[in-house]
Amino acid sequence: MSDAPQFKYVGTRPVRPDGVDKVTGRATFGADFTLPGMLFGVVLRSPHAHARIRSIDVSAALAIEGVLAVVTGDDFPEVEDDVEMGGEGEGSIKDLADNVMARKKALYHGHAVAAVAATSLKKARAALDAIKVDYEVLTPVMGLDEAMAEDAPLLDEALMTQGLSEPATKPSNIASRMVMGRGDVEQGFKDADVVLEGTYNTPTVHQGYIEPHACLATVNEGGQATVWCCTQGSFEVRLYCANVCGLGLGSIRVIPSEIGGGFGGKTTVYIEPVAIMLSKQAGRPVKMSMTREEVFRASGPASAARSKIKIGAKRDGTITAMQASIAYEAGAYAGSPMGPGCMSVFASYNVPNLAIEGFDVLVNKPKVAAYRAPGAPQSMYACECLITELAEKLEIDPIKLRLKNAADEGDQAPYGPTWGPIGLKQCLEAAKTHPNYQVELKEGQGRGLAVGFWFNIGFQSSAEVHVNGDGSVTVIEGNPDIGGSRASMAIMAAEELGIPYENIRVQIGDTDHTGYTMVTGGSRTTFATGMAVIEASRDVISQAKARVAKIWQVDAEMVEWSNGHAVPKAGMNVDQAPMSFAEIVAKTASSGALIGRASLNARGAGPGFSVNFCDVEVDKRTGKVDVLRFTAIQDAGRAIHPSYVEGQLQGGAVQGIGWALNEEYVFDAEGVQQNAGFLDYRIPVASDMPMIDTQIIEVPNPAHPYGVRGVGETPIVAPLAATANAVADATGVRIRDLPLSPPNVLAALDAV
Amino acid sequence: MSKQQVSTRINGEETDFLCFPEQTMLEVLRDTLRLTGTKEGCGTGDCGACSILLDGTLVCACLMFAAESDGREVTTIEGIASGSDLHPLQQKFLDHAALQCGVCTPGFIVASKALLDEDPEPDEESIRYWLAGNLCRCTGYDKIVRAVQDAAAELRAHPAK
Repeated sequence: MSDAPQFKYVGTRPVRPDGVDKVTGRATFGADFTLPGMLFGVVLRSPHAHARIRSIDVSAALAIEGVLAVVTGDDFPEVEDDVEMGGEGEGSIKDLADNVMARKKALYHGHAVAAVAATSLKKARAALDAIKVDYEVLTPVMGLDEAMAEDAPLLDEALMTQGLSEPATKPSNIASRMVMGRGDVEQGFKDADVVLEGTYNTPTVHQGYIEPHACLATVNEGGQATVWCCTQGSFEVRLYCANVCGLGLGSIRVIPSEIGGGFGGKTTVYIEPVAIMLSKQAGRPVKMSMTREEVFRASGPASAARSKIKIGAKRDGTITAMQASIAYEAGAYAGSPMGPGCMSVFASYNVPNLAIEGFDVLVNKPKVAAYRAPGAPQSMYACECLITELAEKLEIDPIKLRLKNAADEGDQAPYGPTWGPIGLKQCLEAAKTHPNYQVELKEGQGRGLAVGFWFNIGFQSSAEVHVNGDGSVTVIEGNPDIGGSRASMAIMAAEELGIPYENIRVQIGDTDHTGYTMVTGGSRTTFATGMAVIEASRDVISQAKARVAKIWQVDAEMVEWSNGHAVPKAGMNVDQAPMSFAEIVAKTASSGALIGRASLNARGAGPGFSVNFCDVEVDKRTGKVDVLRFTAIQDAGRAIHPSYVEGQLQGGAVQGIGWALNEEYVFDAEGVQQNAGFLDYRIPVASDMPMIDTQIIEVPNPAHPYGVRGVGETPIVAPLAATANAVADATGVRIRDLPLSPPNVLAALDAV
Repeated sequence: MSKQQVSTRINGEETDFLCFPEQTMLEVLRDTLRLTGTKEGCGTGDCGACSILLDGTLVCACLMFAAESDGREVTTIEGIASGSDLHPLQQKFLDHAALQCGVCTPGFIVASKALLDEDPEPDEESIRYWLAGNLCRCTGYDKIVRAVQDAAAELRAHPAK
């Protein structure tokens, strides 16, 4: 493009501003804070997956020397119904409060039923043994079939299914049903030459962030609470704690630590409100850290799902109709990612006749949380496998079939809006010509390809740009830096301000020190908070120019900003030397500090499409799948710091490969997870993986000054089907249920 | 049970501390000595976030009793840089963007140092197998492996003093 903008800093790869602290051990993460007089808080968790709590006796625990607080559900206030979660969360705050501390029922193995704060961890743990809970054990409901059965035991006896064509007449475990579509699918299938159907199951998996949830809370005698914690969204933590603990927003300050991964799993609260209640009771600071086992059992994994897909197509590959029925496990409370899962399932294709039905289903597992593109990996896995099966059936190249039906600018998305510029076709074309796609495969090897998609979001962000006396700049914004976002913010500020990247520090403000900023999630940070940083930079430039205009005694519009300096407008008849920030601040100290601000609601997030392809080799004696090559191609709109964009593509790819090949929660008949640790819940390790090759496509998003789309979530979507399609290609056997772990692959091969 | 006294060297400094016999090295490093650069990811030796060197040998601090460090030499992430100079591994992790969230990074750098101390010219496969005990959920390992390869080359060209 001839009119491509010329950037000085955007697209470069400088060292991240917080880098040195993170390679030397200085950076402080959730569990790294301490306070004098600090107590240690621990949680008593239900040993049953489904039980009514008849009574809890904490008197013996309170009598133990060193135990200074014990709380149960009775100590928390009642939460009004119908308070929306906001942020990335699905569900209600009433349910969130019940999840934080069970009231009448324990709904999964590991559900919190009481908590203790004591002067040492050892004493706190001993006190848990002294708490007596009387349970009426109930039958656990551990899967979609059981949960949706007519006579299923009910998790919530009052739950009436929402979204049915006729109002529900009796309670069930199905919290809601949604339908969407267009055209006439029945006619579309009649018009088809080929109709294929398949049912695909994906298991419960965990985000697997390496840092367990940790927090430190202190409530003073005036009722003011301060919480240090690792979170993707400090403002959401403040909102949720306020509601769960019955405090005002202004009574809570949340200070986000560095965060050791989240992937959506740290967009909600588990221990933070508990630490507040314990601290309030004890009058001392309380620190809480989950163990890895607690993280598996009692944080928010991703939904297991079952997707039934039906596709009809003409012999030439034109898809005439697509139909889906997708059930998502919500865990113990309503709020699976049914909505985005249904909206994304067919988003990649421009098809006239669509019918999509979704179910949000309660089971006795931990309440699910967001996990990178929540809902899409499950549903699009199914779609992308069946599209590949269709390509085989029609004997059409899988890229050609996708290109023939691919969504493009001007088409209507299945969920309503008309696509603006999107990069799906560019990604498919790039895959076709990629050198990795030309590599000849050997016997026993296979290649699979799939498309990925995520909406990306914008919403509210704030930022400030402070000019220091020496002309250096401090940017303050509110998104915990989970993957290098400080670097992106500094690059964008440098680009706007025209000062060197190295002269910019980026700080993450706490809830008292910066304006409302929504969660680091939804692939929104570089897009939305980036826009706030750009706007705040422009604000500070405009103030600087106004100050210089006064000095030069000219109208403000006669001053321009160039290369980090105020300069006279071209053609202006004044002989003035350019003024840097340092000079402006020195000469205008009487006007106060030079601070730019922005707080905005970013609109026009650009949808992100990807194409991944994968080569595998399957050992037919053991069922083990080795990934030989993996290529991730994605439209980033504009890569602000390409290394961190590549990093998102690579990390998402490996999480998706883990989901495809190995990861799953294994439960026994009583609903107890059997693999609540990294030894048995096996995430990919370095020796499992090849290099992950990436290619960044840039179809700029017109709504962002530099063209940024979100990039973080799309990368996990395509790898599931890309890997599964490769295994099918290598073995000639289509296995529709994940994971493709050695025993599952072997069983499928043996069955042939 | 009463605490016992332990005399050790940590990052080159003589260090005495008191600990209960059942306390792990990780607890003492983090909670007693406030060396919080060593992270706890699992507490069961599965993730490598608490990697330290004990007399130059790579161990998980969560699997080791603190009392076992008596009379030994412990190196943690805080002791990898020399003065104000980053170790080449630290610099290459930065240059290659080999960290995203950064919580596994101290463990990876300590583990990688143990590798390069033993094998200055590891191939990609050796690096991947050596680091198989360190979990990273953000990067997919690609940039970590490249950073270690590059640091190895740098150390071969300019051996550490």
